[in-house]
Amino acid sequence: MKKYYKPSIFFFSSIPFFLILYKTIFNKLGPEPVKEITHLTGEWTLLFIIFTLSMSPLKKITKLNIWISFRRMLGLFLFFYATLHMLTYVVIDYRLNFESISKDILTKKFIFVGFAAWVLLLPLALTSSKKALIYLKDKWKKLHRLIYVIAILGVTHFIWLVKKDLTEPLIYAVIILILLLFRFKFKRISKINLN
Amino acid sequence: MKKIKYSEITPEKIYNNRRSFIKSIGFSASSIAITSLPFVNNALGKEQDQLTSYKDITTYNNYYEFGTSKGDPYKNSQNFKIKPWNISIEGEVEKPIKLSMEEISNSFTSEERIYRLRCVEGWSMVIPWMGFSLSKLLSKVNPTSKAKFVAFESVYDPEQMKGQRYPVLNWPYKEGLRIDEAMHPLTTVVTGLYNKELPNQNGAPLRIFIPWKYGFKSAKAIVKIKLVEKMPTSSWMWASPREYGFYSNVNPNVDHPRWSQATERIIGEGIWTPRVKTLMFNGYGDEVANLYTGMDLKKYF
Repeated sequence: MKKYYKPSIFFFSSIPFFLILYKTIFNKLGPEPVKEITHLTGEWTLLFIIFTLSMSPLKKITKLNIWISFRRMLGLFLFFYATLHMLTYVVIDYRLNFESISKDILTKKFIFVGFAAWVLLLPLALTSSKKALIYLKDKWKKLHRLIYVIAILGVTHFIWLVKKDLTEPLIYAVIILILLLFRFKFKRISKINLN
Repeated sequence: MKKIKYSEITPEKIYNNRRSFIKSIGFSASSIAITSLPFVNNALGKEQDQLTSYKDITTYNNYYEFGTSKGDPYKNSQNFKIKPWNISIEGEVEKPIKLSMEEISNSFTSEERIYRLRCVEGWSMVIPWMGFSLSKLLSKVNPTSKAKFVAFESVYDPEQMKGQRYPVLNWPYKEGLRIDEAMHPLTTVVTGLYNKELPNQNGAPLRIFIPWKYGFKSAKAIVKIKLVEKMPTSSWMWASPREYGFYSNVNPNVDHPRWSQATERIIGEGIWTPRVKTLMFNGYGDEVANLYTGMDLKKYF
């Protein structure tokens, strides 16, 4: 049974990609297709941030270590959707017009934080292998705590881009906040237990 | 309002052919609506001149009274009652009046006016509106010398308008123009589009349209037009004065604080169609730039 876990997670995690691909090929993205691809890839990035951050709380709640073994794959899918999101903006929307893109990054705060979040994902994706984990030892854990910063930047990116109705981004913000508080809480409890 | 079946709508291709036929007759046919408006469209480039499809115009809307998603207005407005409907014109005028929609339709002839709509979000459509100049309507009431601005107020009816049950904006929706902007012949009272009655999701039964300003300036489902001495505060200015100014002229050189306004996407184009450059005053500069002579448009955005 266990040997099917990872392949099925891989399968389910790639469904959004094929769904977006299908909609693109068959013209089902509505009147503003580029915006729709941008929105969909962005939304899935945020969802994968949530999935990735849920693994360690799930481990603590269920007392099953298995969750942790899914974390890397989910994190890499998060990087994958974030990269699609960024490339939609850079390649499809702005046609590699680096003058406008760099102006946007430097003057528009929601693009700045979004871009910063993607850049911070790079070292995490590059050090996701077991080799890197062994090589970096304690530093690996510290480095990968960057995901907390990335999560906050990612949801801020969404909050700042919305025109008026903040419902959707705030739902993401609350979930991510709860997931981050989990870490804080468990750390304190384990410290108390040590004493 | 009578619902328009999709099959009743003139397909855009036939509609476009008919238009080019009318154009080819030339100026001798000046009684036909399209040629009676010489200033319409002459600023638009060819590729930006294509009419947006009826489907996109009527299913992709920003109309927060019916919900904040683009598809919400179409979904949530179909049972909206627009009969009876009255519009009062009041304030700094000699003869305040209250007009029913029937009186308006009977007293003013709507003509076709093809204008581009540029949304502040960075997209645009080309819409064959039906309407007439607001100046004609305002001449009925004789504005006094104190009438420096015109304030528009949309309907408030949370029973029928789902979106108004939430404080997304300061309801009812309010907009405003300077009196010379309101009297400009391009400022249009809209009663229809694509030669049909105005669909509910597009602001039925009556809205205004100001082609050189961002779309949100063109208030929908208007019930009150008030001429005033002081600059009115619009709903969007109320929501975020730093982001939405009173003038809100389309201006590629003045960015919205959060996004660029230099380019826009044309609605209905595929993913490989590039953005196009946004034109000053949405391409209507020849007609309206003189309204703002000597004004710092970065300051008065």
